[in-house]
Amino acid sequence: MIGRRSFLVTTLMALGFAFLYIPILSMIVYSFNESRLVTVWAGFSTKWYVELFQNEQIINAAKLSLRIAAINATGAVILGTLAGFALSRFRRFKGRTLMTGMTTAPLVMPEVITGLSLLLLFVAMEHALGWPAGRGVTTITIAHITFSMAYVTVVIQSRLSTLDESLEEAAMDLGARPWKVFVVITLPIIFPAILAGWLLAFTLSWDDLVITSFVSGPGSSTLPLVIFSKVRLGVSPDINALATIMVTLVAIGIFAAGFYMQRQEKRRERDVQAALAANQ
Amino acid sequence: MNRGVRAERAPPVLLAELLSWIRAFGPYRWASNRFKDWGVGGRTAVIGLPYLWLVLFFLIPFIIVLKISVSDIRLGMPPYEPLLHWVEHQVVTLKVNFQNYAFLFEDPLYRNAYLNSILTAAISTLLCLLLGYPMAYGIARTSPSWRNLLLMLVMLPFWTSFLLRVYAWIGILKNNGLINNTLMAMGIIDEPIVMLQTDFAVYIGIVYSYLPFMVLPLYANLEKMDLTLLEAAADLGCGPVKAFLTITLPLSVPGIIAGSMLVFIPAVGEFVIPALLGGPDSLMIGRVLWEEFFHNRDWPVASAVAIAMLVLLVGPIMWLQYVQARQGGAGGAHR
Amino acid sequence: MANPRPENKLEPWKDPAAVPYIRIEKVTKKFGDFVAVDDVSLKIYQGEIFCLLGASGCGKTTLLRMLAGFEEPTSGNIWIDGADMAGIPPYKRPVNMMFQSYALFPHMSVEQNVAFGLKQDKLPRGEITDRVNAILELVKMTQFAGRKPHQLSGGQRQRVALARSLVKQPKLLLLDEPLGALDKKLREHTQFELVNIQEKLGVTFVVVTHDQEEAMTLASRIGVMNHGEIVQVGTPGDIYEYPISRFVADFVGSVNMFEGSLIEDEPDYVRVASKELGGNFYVNHGVSAPPDATVWVALRPEKIVISRDPPEGDDHDNRVRGVVKEIAYLGDVSVYLVKLESGRMVRITRPNMRRQSAAFDRITWDEDVWLSWDGSSPVVVTQ
Repeated sequence: MIGRRSFLVTTLMALGFAFLYIPILSMIVYSFNESRLVTVWAGFSTKWYVELFQNEQIINAAKLSLRIAAINATGAVILGTLAGFALSRFRRFKGRTLMTGMTTAPLVMPEVITGLSLLLLFVAMEHALGWPAGRGVTTITIAHITFSMAYVTVVIQSRLSTLDESLEEAAMDLGARPWKVFVVITLPIIFPAILAGWLLAFTLSWDDLVITSFVSGPGSSTLPLVIFSKVRLGVSPDINALATIMVTLVAIGIFAAGFYMQRQEKRRERDVQAALAANQ
Repeated sequence: MNRGVRAERAPPVLLAELLSWIRAFGPYRWASNRFKDWGVGGRTAVIGLPYLWLVLFFLIPFIIVLKISVSDIRLGMPPYEPLLHWVEHQVVTLKVNFQNYAFLFEDPLYRNAYLNSILTAAISTLLCLLLGYPMAYGIARTSPSWRNLLLMLVMLPFWTSFLLRVYAWIGILKNNGLINNTLMAMGIIDEPIVMLQTDFAVYIGIVYSYLPFMVLPLYANLEKMDLTLLEAAADLGCGPVKAFLTITLPLSVPGIIAGSMLVFIPAVGEFVIPALLGGPDSLMIGRVLWEEFFHNRDWPVASAVAIAMLVLLVGPIMWLQYVQARQGGAGGAHR
Repeated sequence: MANPRPENKLEPWKDPAAVPYIRIEKVTKKFGDFVAVDDVSLKIYQGEIFCLLGASGCGKTTLLRMLAGFEEPTSGNIWIDGADMAGIPPYKRPVNMMFQSYALFPHMSVEQNVAFGLKQDKLPRGEITDRVNAILELVKMTQFAGRKPHQLSGGQRQRVALARSLVKQPKLLLLDEPLGALDKKLREHTQFELVNIQEKLGVTFVVVTHDQEEAMTLASRIGVMNHGEIVQVGTPGDIYEYPISRFVADFVGSVNMFEGSLIEDEPDYVRVASKELGGNFYVNHGVSAPPDATVWVALRPEKIVISRDPPEGDDHDNRVRGVVKEIAYLGDVSVYLVKLESGRMVRITRPNMRRQSAAFDRITWDEDVWLSWDGSSPVVVTQ
């Protein structure tokens, strides 16, 4: 009985989950509301979805966000993996504390500060070097990579810290040079973490509002910017439709991933059991 | 079943062969030898690349913010005076203007905004803790087969758009929103309760958006706890509530600190939530910065606001890093 | 003295002209202020199984890692096969290591794991296949060639790790606690297998372990380490029967240690008076110590005879009376704890050479007994 949940805890937990999901569910329900007054139910309708797909502004913004998010995720993963590897495998190097600070600060720094500082940088650079010329896709991408690489670094660092160093040492002992060890041994083993980092960076970029507002320019409206300008004026049913689509996609993705991981786990369990049974 | 060894080709072989081809390539060898001469090796490249990026796009921007916060506003682009002035005879004068900071101290708008931000963030963090702790505890004490599912359910909102989730609350809290409509339909109230555009809405918004950040570190801490400690306590005559207060709770303090800091620090500088859910009197510093920047076009003051915010948060940030470093060190492998 | 392994006549450490394969000279390793290895010098010869034996934290693993190239000595030199290893990284050394955790690459099959080292040397594919097949046969893992590590049991993984480290035919193999993860039966079996493989291949082994039984079984020579220093180097027999300090005597096997003072010191015998014993020791070998020095006498439990009747002869040395306080019956031996008049407890082990029966009158608790031993049994140590 020790360590089981009490009734009180279970109730509180259920309340917590309800709190988390009622807003999401309400958005989904209202997306099918006939009435333009989103919260006054007037009948079932899918017309807002139709309107959504005809809204060019939103569609273009979504495409732009997708592009930026993909480039950002790839860049963040490359830089974040290198940084995570450096921080977890190289004990002492000059400037290590500074690097640790720089890779963890973006995680907690309020976005207004990072957004402001990056914009000021871009303005100063344009003033002095002529590049980047105006704010747009390039500046947005650079800004996104800068803050999402911090998240990737944390993910990779934590994965590497649980990775047995003797695997890499064994590879070196058998004659492989450090770079080879990284590519042939380390990377394949931490690949799931790299994938998780990519997805995390993608989501952060796709969803970012504040930093993007600072560093974007005319003609580079990402999806969050468009959504924000709409919802400042109040509720809007096509936004509900958009929200429903996004939630559904994410839910499918997460459950698919979870399901896949469960299956892997079960298979491993079976293999280990088989090995123990046929013990020699 | 007697299977002999089959010489299989593992995927990495292709990459390794590509690498060896590159290594034999003339210009590559020349470049790599030159690098070796300069003492630059593979290690330097691994550290150097991200380091350079961060210095350029993270550190230098901060220095620029600092510099602009002590300069004057000016019309045109860029809307601030340069700091250094070349005068005749190549003499450099440094025009440092702390007026902007003085402005912050004197004007009650900013003082109130800072205090309000900290207060709001603190209250929200506390509420988040009160809601998040039972959730984390409940998940940690569920049977392992359900735990992953519950964790996924906690994480799922995090992966859907932050903006949209805050937006969802507009539809719930407004005067003809979900709550008011339900209460009026049930006859409990006649007039709608004003919930939107209040501090209350901001608290809910922050708690809602940052709940996963509170639950996960708490869960990580509680899950690692050794349950035999509770068994020992029971064996020695301690009831479950007392055991929780004297054993579980103290041991979970690092998780509490981590979760609280992960909520508090970004919440202080929040912009979206006060902008969408808050009213004109729930002014938070993130909004102030935004308005100074975009509406007043006063970059130096905006920069000063940012630096002051940073100074305020340095304490909590370092506390968080300290707690995390201690946790990380304790779990390291030893030889 | 009978040589326990008659076919192993090689004792190169006794030959002054022999050239050591590994020379460790005044090697020290510091981590900050902590001295892990303190001024260690060793000569290890080709074909040996050399065991570094000591408790955790004594520096043996650090020393091994310096041989492998994962740590560099703070001061001192290491030569392997005549070449100075300073600054040479692990992937360039003619040395292979078998890790305590086995370190098998989880994403590769058994044969890919074993072939890894050969691939780094860029050998032709046919040769790699042949050598991998041969080594898998040697460790009897041919039928598991396609499996991944998590599909193997602990003993199987250990054999794969061994195969992987031997396939490159290194002249020197380092083993870090090779038998630690195995259960008792498997450990015994593997101990003998390791020795056989080593003799067959002629590889020099350096083994690190904290388990003295492992060291005694495997080693041609043992180096006992304590707090970063080598305290004694010798064959298992030397270490056990001729310890040079109390630490070594106590560390390997169990021992009864008595403090005493030299009352007679001759080249071929000494007499030690001991209050703890309540009598004298007569030891039939000489000892170099100043007169009236405090010495310790180490007496192994299996060398003491326990009996009801007084021993023969009218010697007053090497005998004492006591009362049996504890008996532990272990099946093959019985352990007796006997309390002497001086209050000291003495440990005696006696093989149960006859099965129990009512007719066999065993010594039991609270009996008065005589303990005796002959002059060759005690060892006098001066430190």
